[in-house]
Amino acid sequence: MAHFTKATSLHDWLNQRLGIDTVRRVMATEYWIPKNINFLWAMGMVLAITFGLLLISGIFLLMYYQPNVATAFDSVNYTIMQEVGYGWLWRHIHGVAASVVFLIIYIHMFTGIYYGSYKKGREMIWLSGMLLFVAFSAEAFSGYMLPWGQMSYWAGMVITNLFAGGSLHADGLVEWIRGDYVPAQAFLNRFFMLHVLLIPLAILGLIGLHFGALRIPHVNNQDGEEIDFEAEAAKYKAGDKANSKVIAFVNDFMSKDMMVVGIYLIFFFYLVFYHYDFAMDPVNFDPANGLKTPAHIYPEWYFLWSYEILRPFSTDVGLIAFAFAQVIFFALPFLDKSPNAVPASRRGLFKFWFWAMLIDMIILTAMGKVPPEGLFSTIGLYAALTFIGLWIALPFITKFEKKV
Amino acid sequence: MKELFILAVVTVFTLLTYYLVEPFAHSQMHKHVESEGFAYKDLPALTKKGDAARGKDLVMGAGACAGCHGIEVEGMPAPMDPVTAAQSYGVNPPDLSNAGAVFDPKFLAALIKNPAHALMVEHKFDANKGQMHPMTSFYGAGGDLDQEVADMVAYLQSIAPKAEELTPKMAFETACGRCHAIHYPYVKDGEAHPAWTQIGEKPTFKKKQDALAFETKVLDYQDALTKYMGTLPPDLSMYIRSRGEHYIKTFVENPQNYLKGTAMPRVGVSAESAEKIIEHLEDVGDSKRHMREEIGKNVMIYIIIFAIFAILWKKEVWKELH
Amino acid sequence: MKNSSRRGFMGKAFGAVAGVGAVASLYAMKRSWDPLPSVKAAGFTTLDMSAYKENELVTEKWRGKPIFVLKQTAEMVKKAKSNPKDIERLIKVGNDYFMVCLGLCTHLGCIPGYNPEEKSFLCACHGGMYDFTGDVTKAPPPRGLDIPPFKIDGNKLVLGEEGPEYKKMLENGTTLRA
Repeated sequence: MAHFTKATSLHDWLNQRLGIDTVRRVMATEYWIPKNINFLWAMGMVLAITFGLLLISGIFLLMYYQPNVATAFDSVNYTIMQEVGYGWLWRHIHGVAASVVFLIIYIHMFTGIYYGSYKKGREMIWLSGMLLFVAFSAEAFSGYMLPWGQMSYWAGMVITNLFAGGSLHADGLVEWIRGDYVPAQAFLNRFFMLHVLLIPLAILGLIGLHFGALRIPHVNNQDGEEIDFEAEAAKYKAGDKANSKVIAFVNDFMSKDMMVVGIYLIFFFYLVFYHYDFAMDPVNFDPANGLKTPAHIYPEWYFLWSYEILRPFSTDVGLIAFAFAQVIFFALPFLDKSPNAVPASRRGLFKFWFWAMLIDMIILTAMGKVPPEGLFSTIGLYAALTFIGLWIALPFITKFEKKV
Repeated sequence: MKELFILAVVTVFTLLTYYLVEPFAHSQMHKHVESEGFAYKDLPALTKKGDAARGKDLVMGAGACAGCHGIEVEGMPAPMDPVTAAQSYGVNPPDLSNAGAVFDPKFLAALIKNPAHALMVEHKFDANKGQMHPMTSFYGAGGDLDQEVADMVAYLQSIAPKAEELTPKMAFETACGRCHAIHYPYVKDGEAHPAWTQIGEKPTFKKKQDALAFETKVLDYQDALTKYMGTLPPDLSMYIRSRGEHYIKTFVENPQNYLKGTAMPRVGVSAESAEKIIEHLEDVGDSKRHMREEIGKNVMIYIIIFAIFAILWKKEVWKELH
Repeated sequence: MKNSSRRGFMGKAFGAVAGVGAVASLYAMKRSWDPLPSVKAAGFTTLDMSAYKENELVTEKWRGKPIFVLKQTAEMVKKAKSNPKDIERLIKVGNDYFMVCLGLCTHLGCIPGYNPEEKSFLCACHGGMYDFTGDVTKAPPPRGLDIPPFKIDGNKLVLGEEGPEYKKMLENGTTLRA
């Protein structure tokens, strides 16, 4: 048994029992981060803050939301938006953060792809991050059902229909997912449960895994330089902070994170108060009506690229293409055959692959929203084929990449 | 600065995506209708100066308006209760007390002469096919028709409240409230207003029988209205968020702009009344807008201060690191 | 050695600014827990006092709690007048006297039952008794039934508003603030 002495202070009392100094050292003051990073490395903290905003605003929405098909719409649009003190604020924060969190996730992902941060021992960081992406997608979709507006209902109808598997006609599976022939009370209740309990639990666990996965391979840096963390940390601790290639998580890295967070929050709250329509679709302010489809149905912007991969093809091919798009990013660390973990700008053909992928996904996103007619259909088809082609080409172009 | 360059790249791609999925995509999905400022250019201008006293004689006499319409300010209640009226005419004819303030005078004149034409529902009411609009045209009392119509409009204007006395709620009730319900109660300037049904404000009942009796009346009215319009006109509680100001205004100005062949008539409100109707829809569906603006301003000021202090802290910490 | 995690002046200043924001958001959170305006608006119940019959107990509802209304017979009024403590408990609307009380035993909150023959209330939980004015006649209840805030408005009684008659009852200790 450990030896306890009479505590000299509250700090000492806690330290003897919880080892708070050790925790602090390991998690904060001697958790080493490369110095050679730019603001894109703060996206993790920006995501954590945004998740925190979602969690807090969600708690207050949860106190008045009623998961009942007869009352859900009014509990959101009347009780929360007009009656509850600051209820409108929670809802706007929740709605805008749900959209913005995906913008940051995409920036975070493309940062990882550009700097090769999924290679050389960092595969688990990438994979846990992709699991988080999937969990956030499920969280966003289930949350989108809850206001029970026209977009909620019809998105629920269309997305659950995907599980029929095209000509497999697995209608039983679709009914099982819904608990009814159409999205109705059972559907709303179970997606409510998923949104407020099961998926958030999964997200919290995955965030732990994602952070843990960073510990051993360490954070990458913007030149792909291999750093001897122990030697550099010793230099830092000896007081030669200026020449050390590492910085401490707290305060060095944290102060830079907070600078980025501060600037990000200006952007975020501007959207919350003055420019929220993009995240809170006006069509969803019409109550759900199972007998009337809105003139245009489209997912939220962050799902558009994968939705567009589904759209230009016939049902079965579309579903296969869609399934491909959903899982292929998981395979990135294994399809990239190059030994180089350096920025894309120094990686020959991969540089073009990166920018082509980014632009192709933006085109897919745009085409996923406009009506699928004429020229837009054609562009969508070629963009979807390009997306698939780029992934097929990836192992070949990276295999022949010169070692830098 | 490398970081600023990276920020510029991120910003450009973000804005490009935003532009494509929002302004561009919406321009492809919805056609843009420009408001004509409620000018009703297709209707003839009023050329004669009306005389309210003569107009009163016409409204009460030859015009026979009071046969269907109530005029509460003159102490004349509606000849029928709303449900019976809707069952007879399809929709309850409006009380005329506020008509002179809510509707455009040019529109009122055109309406008196030829309702189906002014209301833009001639596709539904074609006199040649025997489909008569429930409101009969006024063919004159023997004198100059234009003069007589101008007199009647002048009379309606003379009994109507002044522009500043016409509340947003009154404008809504006269122009929209006989077809559209708003089932959200609201509070304005400390005064609570109950939900609105097509037959009036929904009272609070102590006994369930009374509440159900009222509900039955509303349903009977809605049945008659549905038969008349082809479909039950929607509840407008959240229309300010689901449609927005521009759409509502241009739709009300000319419903055929968006829905060719819709049964919704052009209601002929004046530009000022349209503003008031919008204000009423905001009072009901976006009641916290003033608070949002005020809190928004304070939060923005705070968050800028927060960012400045964060930048200063970073500079302090990183002084030793460079 | 200097603790590397110690914050300099700007670090403390930044922490203070963040703290101000956190406290301000606590205010919004507190407001979100407040009863809704519709709940508060429903806190007023208007009773039409002309509808009650003598010596017939009617239970109304106010703020989710039972309210006993008992119109007094002439005989009951006469009896109450002989005891100043009793007559003070009654509310005079027009020419009639009413007992209007919160129908919860002041002992532990059970709902007492009325016996019209005996003209008294008995609480089944612990045997406490009250007379027809709601005054306690048998322990354990520590005091008579509480009287809700009321305002006399013609022959109507508005529960939830404090009229001069109610304020007088508070002052002379006839009831506690319910």
